[in-house]
Amino acid sequence: MSLQLFIEQLLNGIQFGFMLFLMSAGLTLIFGVMGLINLAHGSFFMIGAFSASFVAGLTGNFFLAILASLIFPALIGIVVEFSIIRKLYERDHLDQVLATFALILIFSEATRYIFGAFPLFLDIPNILQGNILLPGEIVYSKYRLIIIIIGLFIALGLYFLINRTLLGIQIKAGQNDRQMIRVLGINISRLYTIVFAMGAALAGLAGALIGAIQSVEVGMGEPVLILAFVVIVIGGIGSIKGALIGALLIGVLDTMARLFLPIFFELIMETSQALSLGSSLASMSAYLLMALVLIFRPTGLFGKK
Amino acid sequence: MLTEKKFNLIIVLGIFAFSLIGYVINEPYFITLATKIVILGIAGCALNLILGFGGMVSFGHAMFFGVGSYVAAISAFHSMNGETINLIFFDFNGSSQMLLNWFLAVIFSMFFALVVGSISIRTSGVYFIMITLAFAQMTYYFSVGWTKYGGEDGLSTYVRNDLFSINTMLPLNFFIICFACLCVVGFILNWVINSNFGNFLKGCKENEKKMISLGLNPYTLKLTAFVISGAITGLAGALYVDLNRFVSPTSLSWQTSGELIVLVILGGSARLFGPLLGATVFILLEQLLGEVTENWQFWLGVILVLIVLYFPKGVSGLFIKD
Repeated sequence: MSLQLFIEQLLNGIQFGFMLFLMSAGLTLIFGVMGLINLAHGSFFMIGAFSASFVAGLTGNFFLAILASLIFPALIGIVVEFSIIRKLYERDHLDQVLATFALILIFSEATRYIFGAFPLFLDIPNILQGNILLPGEIVYSKYRLIIIIIGLFIALGLYFLINRTLLGIQIKAGQNDRQMIRVLGINISRLYTIVFAMGAALAGLAGALIGAIQSVEVGMGEPVLILAFVVIVIGGIGSIKGALIGALLIGVLDTMARLFLPIFFELIMETSQALSLGSSLASMSAYLLMALVLIFRPTGLFGKK
Repeated sequence: MLTEKKFNLIIVLGIFAFSLIGYVINEPYFITLATKIVILGIAGCALNLILGFGGMVSFGHAMFFGVGSYVAAISAFHSMNGETINLIFFDFNGSSQMLLNWFLAVIFSMFFALVVGSISIRTSGVYFIMITLAFAQMTYYFSVGWTKYGGEDGLSTYVRNDLFSINTMLPLNFFIICFACLCVVGFILNWVINSNFGNFLKGCKENEKKMISLGLNPYTLKLTAFVISGAITGLAGALYVDLNRFVSPTSLSWQTSGELIVLVILGGSARLFGPLLGATVFILLEQLLGEVTENWQFWLGVILVLIVLYFPKGVSGLFIKD
């Protein structure tokens, strides 16, 4: 295998990692601040992708579509937080699992009702199509590079938001002591709504960015959701830094395992078997890493005891 | 309002009556529905032992259900095609005997539960939820990649296994077999929950430190409960294979784990047979809504949300007084 291919796959892994980060950042904040297990987070991924492809179809403008993928999920997030989610904060995890599982059914079926059962497509705009030549004679997809750059900016933005703004300080305080910030006169339900809407918007953005590479279909959010849970558990729940590192770890591990395991198994068995065994073991790798991390650090890499 | 004993009797007899009605009016589909309720009810009640009484939220119980399913299906598959399985110590020809296949399913899922439980029980809370999910996902992807037994497409077993000389292909006969399993499982779980062991387990959920100060070992207690729960879930998996004569990786997927949790919470996790009521409500809702509207999943979701928000004790909480 050439070095170029290796680096290209490494970049693919990083791109996948940043996409996972967009999903996990919201999930980990929602869990850390409100103590909510939100299985419906994958639905915002799907809603983002659908709103983007709808707006792109209407206006033909990819950038408006990306904007829509932030705004629609955030609005729907606010509505759902107001009407349902807010009643679940004080409940135990079980009720949250059941309610958000039910929300998945509602969102998926509503999307199928509105857009039909067939997958939609979201085209990459012309200026982002094609490849770019990186230093070291590495040819890489422009669009995937843009995803990496967007992911980097969002990571920096979140870091700034959490550490340098009043809202960030309130979020951090909310993670540490919910009672206390209520006593200090901070409007906690508004804070919760903002965090939830922000998480929904980030998930929606991830959905739209990925929707342009894959197809936009009902149920696209759930596999990503489960991986995002793996990410936040590895990183330690509530930690944005943990989510970033966990996401990159999982993204690179998954991509590399998909590349190398089939090649490795081809040495000892026939090609078709090697392919299927290799890819199924590659799918297992993320979960294996999570199990290992939890065995040695039961609260994740950056989680609090 | 009913006492719990009366509630248990009514729900069990109700399901039996439902399938008898199906038999009398010659609607085998009713009997199949009742059988499905019974099997998923067994799995739900088994999950509830650790979830409701032990406070361990397993998001990976599909693993035991699926392992039971696959073990039973593989045994039946080999008995049909005559190919032997080379185990290290002896050759196994597969079997079409239900009793043997149940036994194998229970043994294997117990083994899985022992391994997974001994690692997972070190963690708690949301980390426990996620590590059980992780193990289940690993078995899921393993089954997808295991092309010898169908991989993603699943494995068909064509005929039902045999039990003595009963014609198991008749829906009512197979229903009665499953129903008998439900009764046995019900008695076992009832005994476990009301034994000293059961009280200690509930104690671990309330206050683990207190149990330690009483000289008990919460880890062993929880692990024992986890293994019992896994074994019974495996039995349900084996029955499910006989019902459908088919197994696929779906039975190992996280959606299946989620559905089992839904059955438990929907019915009410504080009661032994709450999940059985949960299975009844869930499957009947699925069926009835499916007949009325194409978008039944939407309405199922709405109903589930309303139940969580307004009936926190589950549906059984409406009927049982404390």
